[in-house]
Amino acid sequence: MMNTERAVASPSDIEEASALLADAAASGLAVVPRGAGTGLSWGPPPSACDLVVDMRRMDQVVEHAAGDLVAKVQAGASMGHVASVLAEAGQQLALDAPAGATVGGVVATGTAGPRRFRYGAPRDLLIGITAVRADGIIAHSGGRVVKNVAGYDLGKLLAGSQGTLALITEATFRLHPLPPAAAYLTAEFAPADRAAAVAAVTAAARSALVPSAVELDWPGSDPGTLRVGVLLEGTESGVAARTEQMSLLLAADGGSPGVAVGDSPPPWWGRLPPSGPLPGGPGGLGGRASPQDQGGSGGDRPPEGNAASSPQAGTVVRVSFWVARLAEALDAVEACGAEADLRPAVTGPAGVGLLYACLGPDAGGDAVARFVTVLRGRLAGSPPRGSVVVLAGPVLAAGGLDALGQVPGTALMRAVKDQFDPGNRMFPGRVFGGG
Amino acid sequence: MAGSLAALAARMQEICGAGNVVTDPLELRTYECDGLTSHRCVPALVVLPGTAPQTAAVVRACADAGVPFVARGSGTGLSGGALPRTDGVLIVMSRMRQIIEIDPVSRRAVVEPGVTNLSVSKAAAPFGLFYAPDPSSQVVCSVGGNVAENSGGAHCLKHGFTVHHVTGLEIVTPSGEMCWLGDGTGNSAGYDLLGAFTGSEGTLGIVTKIVVKLVPLPETVHTLLAAYRSTSEGGTAVSDIIAAGVLPAAIEMMDALSIQAAEAAVRCNYPPGAGAVLIVELDGPTAEVEAELALVRSLCEAAGATEIRAADDPAERAVIWAGRKAAFAAVGRISPSFIVQDGVVPRTSLGAVLARIASLSEQAGIRVANVFHAGDGNLHPLVLYDDKVPGEPEAAEELSGAILDACLEQGGSITGEHGVGVDKSRYMPKMFSAEDLDTMQLLRCAFDPASLCNPGKVFPTPRLCGEVPGRRRGAHPAVAAGQAEIF
Repeated sequence: MMNTERAVASPSDIEEASALLADAAASGLAVVPRGAGTGLSWGPPPSACDLVVDMRRMDQVVEHAAGDLVAKVQAGASMGHVASVLAEAGQQLALDAPAGATVGGVVATGTAGPRRFRYGAPRDLLIGITAVRADGIIAHSGGRVVKNVAGYDLGKLLAGSQGTLALITEATFRLHPLPPAAAYLTAEFAPADRAAAVAAVTAAARSALVPSAVELDWPGSDPGTLRVGVLLEGTESGVAARTEQMSLLLAADGGSPGVAVGDSPPPWWGRLPPSGPLPGGPGGLGGRASPQDQGGSGGDRPPEGNAASSPQAGTVVRVSFWVARLAEALDAVEACGAEADLRPAVTGPAGVGLLYACLGPDAGGDAVARFVTVLRGRLAGSPPRGSVVVLAGPVLAAGGLDALGQVPGTALMRAVKDQFDPGNRMFPGRVFGGG
Repeated sequence: MAGSLAALAARMQEICGAGNVVTDPLELRTYECDGLTSHRCVPALVVLPGTAPQTAAVVRACADAGVPFVARGSGTGLSGGALPRTDGVLIVMSRMRQIIEIDPVSRRAVVEPGVTNLSVSKAAAPFGLFYAPDPSSQVVCSVGGNVAENSGGAHCLKHGFTVHHVTGLEIVTPSGEMCWLGDGTGNSAGYDLLGAFTGSEGTLGIVTKIVVKLVPLPETVHTLLAAYRSTSEGGTAVSDIIAAGVLPAAIEMMDALSIQAAEAAVRCNYPPGAGAVLIVELDGPTAEVEAELALVRSLCEAAGATEIRAADDPAERAVIWAGRKAAFAAVGRISPSFIVQDGVVPRTSLGAVLARIASLSEQAGIRVANVFHAGDGNLHPLVLYDDKVPGEPEAAEELSGAILDACLEQGGSITGEHGVGVDKSRYMPKMFSAEDLDTMQLLRCAFDPASLCNPGKVFPTPRLCGEVPGRRRGAHPAVAAGQAEIF
């Protein structure tokens, strides 16, 4: 059911991409779009793959309108390259992603790391998109102005669609100025002080100090120390004053041995999973795609062998929740882990209500399935206040588990897929699993 | 009333109660338009459901009868998005106006669609939180309407639009099913139908519950007013502020004519003789705002400000904002009629497009007052005319359209926040290709294959769901059948 690709094509411009998809449509080929491959193992593998469309030849920053804080970028451009171009004008695309990842891949997977707290995900920064439909037709939506409500926003639909609706060829983003100063605050809490760690996260997230990130890291295994990390960005004097105030907030509920302040992220920042290699390669989500990263571990890492390679580093379960239920979510992860005889490591942007529970490579399919099912039961509710999604892991390739579960709106999602890709040829099996 | 409609009215009365179904012709007339009063259309039937299940039943009844329906909130929309149809049902959501829940720790609120925008912020204020999108009609406009239009407001420059602040929607689909979009957290997986639905102008379904983000109230808010000899000097200040890496909460500008109107209406006491007034608002942590304020003030001065006023308490800030907030209504003092235009240009093209508007205005002999969200290039030219002078309404309409063309020439948009509705669907082909519009309507077909949900809005030509794209020959079937017109 996989590793069946017969051809890899690499278009150099949108017309070639359009012709390629039109030909694929005429021949009924299953198409798997790819960028650098950093996110290819995140999600169910394709159920068929006749043609891989490698976007990395379309790697240009088409336009950087610095005065408008807007940039138009080809899908195959690396985040590191984009960052270096924008940095010349003191600007950034405020998404945390590996420097080697492509812009198209980051949009298609909806990748956002710790700074999602302040800047949101790709869908929040995307203001225009160009894509080639399954039938080869080129379509645009949005534009190159930030404020624009003309027509349906296909960018929202394509961001996070994992290549299953259309091939993203170009994206236009709203940019932000690079902050003159940044401070990373870290507070460590003993396992017995879990409640204080939870209080620190919620206090930071609710404060008027405008953090850029509020992270929680809980490796799970002994000694089970919890770390709360906060990123503050702004002017030199502003960051200094806010650091003092935020330090007090983090320690307000006791339990913390003290707050460490640094100007670079702690080693666990944005890393997935917390121990061991990231399924998509080193670097994780925390490495801001700075120009210096180019050619570094993330940038030049050889891409994964093929579209259907399976992850080597266990299972990643994405748990989202209303922040008031953070303690409950941690309890549930721990209890469900114990029930399935697993010891999950937990990390992620807890301040926005998102955590990744990482189960080791030795976690069996049945145990993972039990973990996920029980966790879904504990976090269900109406109105919905969270969801549990299997992001990566051998269990997806085995096809034994519904990756999305009861995420709201799945019937409409399938209807959208049928409209955009009636032949189910665009990355078949990726979002809904199966064929 | 035709027989089938009478049957439908009876069905609606069973669902919502007789008192919540309007059939009286005089009463129906009060619903003939929304905030865009130039388009009017008396609906066949008005229904006011009180609950989500009632809304679903109402929609199902419409779907079963093949009758088109249009949802309406407070009716403040400025593009005719809630314009009824003579052959259709208008579903008015204003009875559903409960704030169901506020969770201050999660920073979320669950509200019904008829809740007014400002009341969400009022309810959140005791917890030190607010709801960020602030369209200028926020006292009366409904959150459900805001979702339909993806409403912005003066402060969306920094805080974003409705789509950035909605994390869950309970909707009734066009076939009458109830379903949620988004998992309520803002981190949902799968296709982002929540994002795609927001701003779809009521064409993909009807919202019955909304989960919104609440944001901590800023520690400090500072407002500066700077007077300039011309809008181009003011524009320089705007560019310099952005270039310095400052992102204010709002940057607004008014030109001489709109200042004059505001002065006549609310005596806002702006600096006399100013050719332009710039309002810059900074919000955030006190330490940041203070550092930015010094910088912004010096940039405003360097750009040639003739006077600068500053305010840091709510009363003084309200005085500065009074003129800006009154501007639209105020032009009524200096002109019998006016068109509110809503175009967008890249911020760096503001000067060029303002010059173009001035020359278009001069050529047409029609005055244009400019009020705009300068920070994001969103212009609201007010085209002033006298509807009693023969030819003037048409000339004003033509000028208004030429302004949109000027925005598009600069790489802008035909609407920044008022929506396409019925007003601008004919401009859509100027901004998007036939393929673009066709692709957008794939989404429509997934949600509303029967095309009964607010039909005739946004798109100039409906797509017949199920047809093979790109193979069309001859006239579009809908055009041939007289259901559509190509502009």
